[in-house]
Amino acid sequence: MLPKSPLARMFIYGAIASVILLAISLSIDWFPQQGAAAAHKIDTLYDVLLIVSVPIFVLVMTVAIYSVIRFRARPGDTGDGPPIHGNARLEVVWVVIPFLLVSGLAIYAWITLNDIETKKKGEMIVHVTGQQFEWSYAYPGPGGGQIQSNELYLPVNKPVKFEIRTKDVIHSFWIPDFRLKSDAVPGITTNWRATPTRVGLHDVVCAELCGAGHSLMRGTAHVVSDRTFTAWLTKLGGGASATAGKPGAAPKGPAAIAQGKQLFASNGCTGCHTLAAAGASGTVGPDLDKVVSDAAKYAKGRPAAAYIRESIVTPNAFVVPGFPKGTMPQTFGQQLSPQQIDSLVQFLLKSGGGGGGK
Amino acid sequence: MAARLRGPGWYRAAIGIPIGFLFGAGIDILIRALQSYHPLIDGHALTTVGLLSTPFGFLIGIGCFDYWFRWASGAPTVPEDHSGHGARTWRDYFRVNTDHKVIGIQYICTTFFFFVAGGAMAMLMRAELAAPGTQFVSPNTFNGLFSVHASLMIFLFIIPVFAGIANFVIPLMIGAPDMAFPRLNALSYWLLPVAGIMMLASFLAPGGSFSTGWTAYAPLSTHTPLGQTFFNIAVQFAGASSIATALNFLVTIITMRAPGMTFWRMPLLVWANFTTSLLVVIATPFIAGSQFFVLFDRTLGTHFFDPGRGGDVLMYQHVFWFYSHPAVYIMMLPGFGIISEVISTHARKPIFGYRMMAFSLMAIVVLGFTVWAHHMFVSGMFPWLRVPMMLTTMLIAVPTGIKIFSWLATLWRGVIHLRTPMLFALGFITMFTLGGISGIMLAVIPFDIHVSDTYFVVAHIHYVLFGGSVFTIFAGIYHWFPKMTGRMYDETLGKVHFWLSFVFFNLTFGPMHLVGIDGMPRRVADYAHQYATLNAVISISSFIFGLSFLVFVYNIIASWRHGPLAEANPWRAHTLEWQVSSPPPIFNFDDVPTVVGGPYEYGVPGAVHGVFKERKPVPAGSTATAGVTTE
Repeated sequence: MLPKSPLARMFIYGAIASVILLAISLSIDWFPQQGAAAAHKIDTLYDVLLIVSVPIFVLVMTVAIYSVIRFRARPGDTGDGPPIHGNARLEVVWVVIPFLLVSGLAIYAWITLNDIETKKKGEMIVHVTGQQFEWSYAYPGPGGGQIQSNELYLPVNKPVKFEIRTKDVIHSFWIPDFRLKSDAVPGITTNWRATPTRVGLHDVVCAELCGAGHSLMRGTAHVVSDRTFTAWLTKLGGGASATAGKPGAAPKGPAAIAQGKQLFASNGCTGCHTLAAAGASGTVGPDLDKVVSDAAKYAKGRPAAAYIRESIVTPNAFVVPGFPKGTMPQTFGQQLSPQQIDSLVQFLLKSGGGGGGK
Repeated sequence: MAARLRGPGWYRAAIGIPIGFLFGAGIDILIRALQSYHPLIDGHALTTVGLLSTPFGFLIGIGCFDYWFRWASGAPTVPEDHSGHGARTWRDYFRVNTDHKVIGIQYICTTFFFFVAGGAMAMLMRAELAAPGTQFVSPNTFNGLFSVHASLMIFLFIIPVFAGIANFVIPLMIGAPDMAFPRLNALSYWLLPVAGIMMLASFLAPGGSFSTGWTAYAPLSTHTPLGQTFFNIAVQFAGASSIATALNFLVTIITMRAPGMTFWRMPLLVWANFTTSLLVVIATPFIAGSQFFVLFDRTLGTHFFDPGRGGDVLMYQHVFWFYSHPAVYIMMLPGFGIISEVISTHARKPIFGYRMMAFSLMAIVVLGFTVWAHHMFVSGMFPWLRVPMMLTTMLIAVPTGIKIFSWLATLWRGVIHLRTPMLFALGFITMFTLGGISGIMLAVIPFDIHVSDTYFVVAHIHYVLFGGSVFTIFAGIYHWFPKMTGRMYDETLGKVHFWLSFVFFNLTFGPMHLVGIDGMPRRVADYAHQYATLNAVISISSFIFGLSFLVFVYNIIASWRHGPLAEANPWRAHTLEWQVSSPPPIFNFDDVPTVVGGPYEYGVPGAVHGVFKERKPVPAGSTATAGVTTE
C-alpha cells in the first residue's frame, strides 16, 4: 500500500541522523567527575539510555518532517488524504517493541541498582546530620563513642555507609561526584553506600528544599589517603575530647571566645549569617558584623548580651525588620548547653562590633 | 440601588465579602472568648478562618447560590427565563452565567490572566538566576516566587484552561444544548478566581508568600509563616472547582450525547475529557486531604507530620503524589484530545487506530494510579517499592507511544495544511517525545538517584507541561478561535508566535538538562560558579521566550476585535461544533443533530458525522447525501 521508495529513503535519512545525533550526545561531557565506584556504572547506564532514546526520537522526527515536506497541501488543494483507519499489524508492532525495550531497560536498571547498593565488607559508618542550613558528621570513635565533626573526610577506596538523619525538616544529602543521594527525613534514618575512588574535593549539596537558606547549604567532602584520614580522625578525636569538656570546666575569657567561634562554625550559623571573624558571608539572616549596633538599636535599655542570647534561644521573640519570622531554627536552646550559649554570646559580642575583633 | 444590592452581582458581592469575613471572625472570637484564650484577637486565627469564610461571602454575593437557596427554602422558584444564559455584551462575562460557551470563555480568559502572572514570576526568577549571588530578590522571596509560579501554572492555568476549552467545545461536539448542570458549572468557574487571588494575596502575608514549592513537603510546610495557609486553603477551592467540573463532564458525556452518538463515534477530545474527568474525580480528594492535614497541623495542633508525636513525614509525600502524579495526566490527556482533533482536521485524514487511541487513554488512567512513588526514589521510603514503581512508570511509555505513533501515521499521506494549530501540534509532538524520553530516564532508579531534585527534573517537567500541555493549549485556542469568537486570527502572527516559542523554549529548557546532570539542584536562589555560563544563556533565552507570548496576546485581542468574520466551518471539519454558526447560537443547535458516522471520515466520499433535520450539512469537496454512514 505504501510506496516502497519513500520508506527506504526515510530509513536512510533516519539512520544517518541517528548516527550523527548519537555521536554528539555521547561526546557531551554530561556528568561531573567520577568520585566513587558507582559513578562509572551510572554513567554507563546513562549512555545506554541515550543509545536507546536517540534513534526513537530520530524516528519520530524523521516521519514527522518527511510527512510535512512530502504531504504538504499545495495551494488550493481541498482534497482529503486516503481514508486509512488503521493497520492491526503495525499497531501490534508499536505496542510490542516499546514494551520489550522498556522491560529490558528496567531489568538492566534493577541489576545496576542492586550492584551499587550491595553491602560491602569492612564498611565504615559515617553519621550525617542535616539541619537548617548545614551538614554535620559523626565518626565511630574509640570505645564505641562518636567523634563529631563539621567537615567530611573520607578515606579513598574504603567503602562507607552514610547513616542520614535530620534535626528539623527534610534535607537531601547529595554528593554529585558520587552520583548518590538520599533525603534526610525527620523520625527515620536513611542511608546510602559508596566507595570513594578519587582523592580530592567533592561538593556536598542539599537537594531538597529546606527553607530560605537552602541554596547555601553546600559543603565539601575531602577524599584523602587512608593515612591522612587516620591522622585527621585521631587529631579530631583528641581535640574533641579536650574541648567537649569535662563538666565544671567552663572555659573563660579567650578560651570561651575560641569555643564560641568553633560553635558558630559547627552549628550551621555561617550558612545564613555574615560575620567577618568567622569567614561567613550568608545573607539569609541579619549581618552579625552589626549585631552589637543592632542590639543598641532594637533592645533599648537591655544589655547587648541579653539581646543576643534571646535571639539564639527564642529567635521569634524579636526579628530584625526586613527578615522573615520563623526562618532561624528554634532548637538551639535545647541543642546547646547554657555554657555553650554563653561562649557563643561572648564570641558574638567580641566579634560583632562592626567588623573588628578579628 | 436597593434592587441592585438585593440582586446577584458585584454590588452584592462587595457587601458579601466583608459579611463573610465578619461571620468567620465572629465565630473565631466567640470560641476564643468561651475558652478564655488570650489574646482574643489573633491575626493568624483570623486570617485562617477569614480565608475560609470570605470566599463564601463573595460567592453568595455574586449569585452562585441564589437558585439553590430559593429552592431549598421552599420559596417559589422563578421560572427559568434564560436571563442568566448567553452573552450579549462584554458585561455578561462578568456575572454568574450558566451558558457553557460563556463559562468556557470566562475560564480561558481568567486562566490566561494567571498564566501571565505566573510567567512574570518566572521572568523574575530567571533575572535573579542570570548570575550567581543575590541580584534582585532575597532567598526567601525567591522561594516564594517559584512556589507561587508552579502553583498558579498547575492549579490556575493548565488544569482549568483545559476545563475551559472543553467547556466550550464538548457540549457542541456531542450535540448537547449545554452542560448537564449549568448552575454547578457556573459555581465551578467562580471558585477559580477565588483560589488564584488567594495564592497571589499570600505575597501580602507577614513573612511573605508560601515558599515550600508547590509540593509543600511537611514538616517544612507545617513550620513556615502564615503564607502557607493561603496555599492550603486556595488548593481546596481550586480542587473543589476541578471535581465539580469533572462530575459535570462525566454526566454530560454519559447522558447528553445526541441520538446516534455512541461512545465509539465520539471525537477523541470527548474521550480525552471523559478519561481526564475520571482521574480528577478519583484523585483530587487526595491532595485536598494532604493540604487539610498540613492545615490541621499548623492550626489545630494535630501531629500528622510530627514524628516526635507519632506522626509520619513520608505519609505526606505518599498522599500528595497519589494525587499529583495522576495530576500530570490530568494536565496531559485533554491535550492529547486537542492534538487528535487538530491533526486529523488539518491533515485531512481519519485518526489512525481510533479505538487504540481511546483504549490507550484508559490504559493511562489505570496505570497512572500505580506509579506515584517514582517521585520518591530518594525519599527514604521502603526500598522494595521502588522497583515495581519503576516498571509501571516505564510501561506508561507503551500507551503514550501508541498515541505518538498513531498521530504520525495520521500525518502520513495526509493533505497537510501547516496552519498555526497544526504547527503547534507538530511542535507538541517534538517536545513531548523529548519530555517522554527524559521521563523514561527519570524512571530508571540508579539515574534518578543522581538527577532527582536537580535541574534535569525542571527541564523534564517543562518539556512535558510547556512543550507538551501548553503547546496543545495554544493549538486548541487557535483551532477553535473562529468558533469561539466568530472571527479569524492572523495566520502570520500565529506562525511568528509559534517559531519564537518553539526556538526559545528549547534554548531555555534544553540547557537545563545539562546543568542538572552536572550537579545543580533545583529550587535554589543561588548556585555554584561552574553553572554561571549556561544559566546566563538560559536566562537570556527565557526573556525572549517570555516576550514571544506578547505576539499571541496582540494577535488574539486584535483579531477578536477587528479580525475578518469567520465562516461556520473554516477548517472543513466533520465534528458537530463546526456544523453550527460561528459563534454558535445561544442554545447551540436549533434542531438536534443525529449522528450517523465516525467523527473523522476524511477521504470517505460523501461521509458525514451528523445530520440535521432541516438542513443537510455538506462537507466541502464532496456532495454528501444525508444518512450515508461510513464503512
